[in-house]
Amino acid sequence: MAGLPTVPEYLNPDSIRTGLSRRKVLDQVFVIVGLVLMFACLGILAVLFMNLVLDGSERFGWDFFTNFPSRRAERAGILGAWVGTSLIMLVTAFCAVPVGVAAAIYLEEYAPKNWFTAIIEINVTNLAGVPSIVYGLLALGLFVYQFGLGQSIAAAGLTLALLILPIVIVATRESIRAVPKSIREAAYGLGATRWEVTKDHVLPYSTGGILTGMILGLSRAIGETAPIITIGALSFIAFLPSSPITSEFPFISFAWLKDPFTAMPIQMFNWVSRPDQAFQANAAAAGAILLGMTLLMNAVAIWIRYRFRKKINW
Amino acid sequence: MIDTSTRAAPESTLRNEEPARSSQPAAGAATPRVTIAVDDTRQARAITSVKAQVENLNFYYGQNRALKNLSIPIADKQVTALIGPSGCGKSTFLRCFNRMHDLQPDTRYEGSITLHPDNINLVGSGIDPIEVRMRIGMVFQKPNPFPKTIFENVAYGLRLRGVRNRATLAEEVEKALRGAALWDEVKDRLQDSALALSGGQMQRLCIARALATTPEILLFDEPTSALDPIATAKIEELISTLRDQVTVLIVTHNMQQAARVSDYTAFMYLGELIEFDEAAKIFTNPSKKATEDYITGRYG
Repeated sequence: MAGLPTVPEYLNPDSIRTGLSRRKVLDQVFVIVGLVLMFACLGILAVLFMNLVLDGSERFGWDFFTNFPSRRAERAGILGAWVGTSLIMLVTAFCAVPVGVAAAIYLEEYAPKNWFTAIIEINVTNLAGVPSIVYGLLALGLFVYQFGLGQSIAAAGLTLALLILPIVIVATRESIRAVPKSIREAAYGLGATRWEVTKDHVLPYSTGGILTGMILGLSRAIGETAPIITIGALSFIAFLPSSPITSEFPFISFAWLKDPFTAMPIQMFNWVSRPDQAFQANAAAAGAILLGMTLLMNAVAIWIRYRFRKKINW
Repeated sequence: MIDTSTRAAPESTLRNEEPARSSQPAAGAATPRVTIAVDDTRQARAITSVKAQVENLNFYYGQNRALKNLSIPIADKQVTALIGPSGCGKSTFLRCFNRMHDLQPDTRYEGSITLHPDNINLVGSGIDPIEVRMRIGMVFQKPNPFPKTIFENVAYGLRLRGVRNRATLAEEVEKALRGAALWDEVKDRLQDSALALSGGQMQRLCIARALATTPEILLFDEPTSALDPIATAKIEELISTLRDQVTVLIVTHNMQQAARVSDYTAFMYLGELIEFDEAAKIFTNPSKKATEDYITGRYG
């Protein structure tokens, strides 16, 4: 024993124990702080949602969904708004998803890594941060006047598609990047072309992430107000867009694309800004429904992600 | 792994020996069964016995020259092992054979790998890398089955080649799985996910996947480094049975493995070929001191 060096104080079992208990206290403190903050966030959301539900409670009912706006608050409904919002989302999804996914595939799988693609990448990321009113102004000039789409569902859908394009691109790239390099090598090693690797492997394995990104993008778009006000959404509308399904051949019509529209946030904004207090209840009910739609979409995103994670386990 | 503290010594020995082999590539010329075919006047015997001839192969990652003037014959339907310490370029060399480097930007080949009997240069600019990969199979270090069914994994290469007939696919898949000694273990669950297999089974599945398209050369990049000893033994046994059916080129860290499975062995160091000979000769009586040092565990 004589030859052994003396054990330094910090290696002494007693000091190890006291030091450890102090560190574990810090560990617990962080758990508590985290829980408090998390419940604060959830609480705010819950209070907001409950408040809307309570304020709008007298308006909930079948009539609210099937009535057009009215001068009398108790008879005013959101038929035009929810149909408009649904159709706009349809256009948005059909435009943003193919373009966004294709752009992401190109950037990840095909594009050479040089200054040009680096600039594109930075720009895509920055586009996600552009204020939505700016997209509205762009759309007003480009879609409404230049392309002559007018104040239509098509113009609104394209505007929102533009708005969520960066979200879709970023989410798709993330999930494409999550496909292990070894899988790509295996496919290339068998003599697959880039498109075959993308189609047979990269896309199937990243579908979950792509769908999640798409839904997150759409749930952002569904609540956007500024850009569709800018392009001239109507706020009082007593008719529906023409039906997409017709009784005559070819049974599908795209006339609704050119129809004027209103949307949920526009309708809410209109009711909130009225002097008659009775309309506040309508606004609250519409708000609760819009929030419910968003939460539902997010739930679907989570469910899809869960399903695909379970199916593919690297 | 080279210990940095001992790196200086072997390097200097190697440098001293360099002039001795600069003119005549590889010591393989001494072996009776493989003749180094350097020109078009080579004899019939050389053509039938050499599957591929590597000639003055240089490979660059950007400015970095990773392979230096490699020349080596690859014997037909024999196992050739590449050994050497980490970072010596053996995997880089292996990946030249199926042009995997082309997937990375800023890489460049010089020299040639001539594939016999049709005398095409695998690293030449005139040949499509995808064609090369369709003719030269590869098994990777980590088992990398697709997250699809066992059947689809093996059938994928055939599907890429346009095989649509279900009977043909089933037949070829069975043949490949039998070839990879996996058929008996998976024949009742071909529609199960390949990811449910054990590590060793996955690697044999990857071998079956490569065998399904009857490659002219099968490349193995440290195929057992992620496996336990029992799975390793099965893979080694499999590689031994593949001899006579397909030309095998295997990179390994494990010298016992190289000694067990290979007919010819090449020792590489710092991107250069130090010695190439019959495996028996390399492992019992190497002619270069550096080879002997490596094999006896002096470094690496």
